[in-house]
Amino acid sequence: MLIRRVLLGGVTVCIVSLIIFAGVEMLPGDACTQFLGEYQADEELLAQCRKDLDLNRPPIDRFAEWTQGAITGDLGLAADGTTKISTIVGDRLKNSLLLAFLAMAVGIPLALFLGVVSGLWRDRLPDIIASTLAIFAMTIPEFVSATLLILVLSVWLGWLPGIVLTSAAAPASEFFPEILLPMIVLSFVMCAHIMRMVRSSVIDVMASDYVQMATLKGVPYWQMVFRHALPNALLPAINVVALTIAWLLGGVVVIEVVFNYPGLGRLMIDSISDRNLPVVQSIALIVASVYVCVNLAADLLTMIANPKLRTMYMRK
Amino acid sequence: MTVSSTSHQQEHGRFITVMKDILARPSGRIGLTLVLFHILLALLSPLIAPYDFKLQNSSLMLSPPSSEHWLGADHLGRDILSRTLMGGREALLVTGIATPLAVIWGGFIGILFGLVGGRVDEVLMRIVDAFLSLPWILKMLVLIVTFGTGIGVLIPTLTFFYGIPVIRVARAATHDIIARDFVWAAKARGHSRISIIWRELLPNVLDTLMVEGAMRWSWMLLAFSSLSFLGFGVSPPTPDWGLMISDARGFMSFAPWGVIAPVIGLSSLIIGINLSADALAKALGIDRAQKAPM
Repeated sequence: MLIRRVLLGGVTVCIVSLIIFAGVEMLPGDACTQFLGEYQADEELLAQCRKDLDLNRPPIDRFAEWTQGAITGDLGLAADGTTKISTIVGDRLKNSLLLAFLAMAVGIPLALFLGVVSGLWRDRLPDIIASTLAIFAMTIPEFVSATLLILVLSVWLGWLPGIVLTSAAAPASEFFPEILLPMIVLSFVMCAHIMRMVRSSVIDVMASDYVQMATLKGVPYWQMVFRHALPNALLPAINVVALTIAWLLGGVVVIEVVFNYPGLGRLMIDSISDRNLPVVQSIALIVASVYVCVNLAADLLTMIANPKLRTMYMRK
Repeated sequence: MTVSSTSHQQEHGRFITVMKDILARPSGRIGLTLVLFHILLALLSPLIAPYDFKLQNSSLMLSPPSSEHWLGADHLGRDILSRTLMGGREALLVTGIATPLAVIWGGFIGILFGLVGGRVDEVLMRIVDAFLSLPWILKMLVLIVTFGTGIGVLIPTLTFFYGIPVIRVARAATHDIIARDFVWAAKARGHSRISIIWRELLPNVLDTLMVEGAMRWSWMLLAFSSLSFLGFGVSPPTPDWGLMISDARGFMSFAPWGVIAPVIGLSSLIIGINLSADALAKALGIDRAQKAPM
């Protein structure tokens, strides 16, 4: 079962790389028309350039070469033909991961706490406040909440800087305190999704037969909550955390643009606007691999943590 | 003939029950009111907007709210109230067409492969997974940059990408329902395959698809306005909330009304859709919170 899941994850990454490669191949124009575009390239120059960049070989050959390079960490050259993609992407990836980890470190514990509290006190004041806030955080686009937070915390109150001015290659420590505002927005959105899920699963578990049984047997309330209810209620949260992280890979792009944060998402938007397709390909591959890995990790964690699932998968 | 008319009446009766259930909930009442308000506003705003949305008046540039211009003017001296009133038209038009189309094509493929199963189904699900593992913004931007912006590109793009997660949901719902007792009972009674699909499967899958559609609508609106905000959505001078927020952001420190007005417009529409979706899900007995975002 375990091997099967890992293999399926691998297959998904392969299909993704095929889709990415095919998608980019289908775009009109290639690296050479883009690169030479400003000089009004004539046929001769184009042909020379295509020869230099090895674009005349069949797509399948180039796809094989690209994937081989990607596996060994060599992502090839950017559209200008000189810069290595791995150096451009490396710093940006580091910055995006820093932002994501900070947001997770704040958002996930907060979400678990709020979810459990509002699940246990369902339809009472703490639940109503937390659930309403969660609906706002989930439904309002990130760029709206980010803009409002900049307006209030940065423009009106002047507490935090509203825009990141640090360069991409700077060490992590230099991003403080500029990173705080994007981190707050990101963890706010993430927190809302996870909290809703935890809340509904706590409610389900508290209504289940074995919890009622424990109550009837006279197990003290808090012991029952911590020993019987919560371990079961929090298991499904692992998968939601994974899905939320994956979903945020899209949201992060907008947040990075709003705050001018030098991460992978802003690089992606810039590369798409500049038609720097090799960079777009590489970012897509990285992001898709992260998604698959996160999902895989969540599946494995759930399997390890849940004896019922473990035996069920064994039998399959 | 008689059979079809009675089933039609039953459908009709059920529609009324579900509507009553939705309206009995505060979330449903507020949500539907907001959505209806925005639809009416989108239809009537060209008539009630006090000024021409593209009329530029350089003497009014970034002017604060006044008795002539209730919400002031933007950086090109255009009336913010008129632009805010009209700012949802494009978004509602695009998502209003793309959402039903996405649910229909995704639902059709999902049910079909859920019924067929086997190897084909397995392969399709891998492709669906692969598509879902790319962030939405990347997928859309690649298509938009290739084919250009505008409604003609945005509607098919949104329809295509937002139909993919629907495939998954419809397939899961199909699997879930064909394993139920009443399907076995219908089989045991000797009903034909077509009749089981039409009378037992479809009505049950449709409930799930309706809730799915309502949720997709709000996510699609989110995607649309984010694209506008990033400059890949509607093109100026079309009034659009996402674009207005993006334009007014730079002047936020001394002209905050330019940001606040479109924020209220966009947020109230999205919250309205979500509250309605929530009430619909509860009325149909589908737990929406269990669904993860996609």
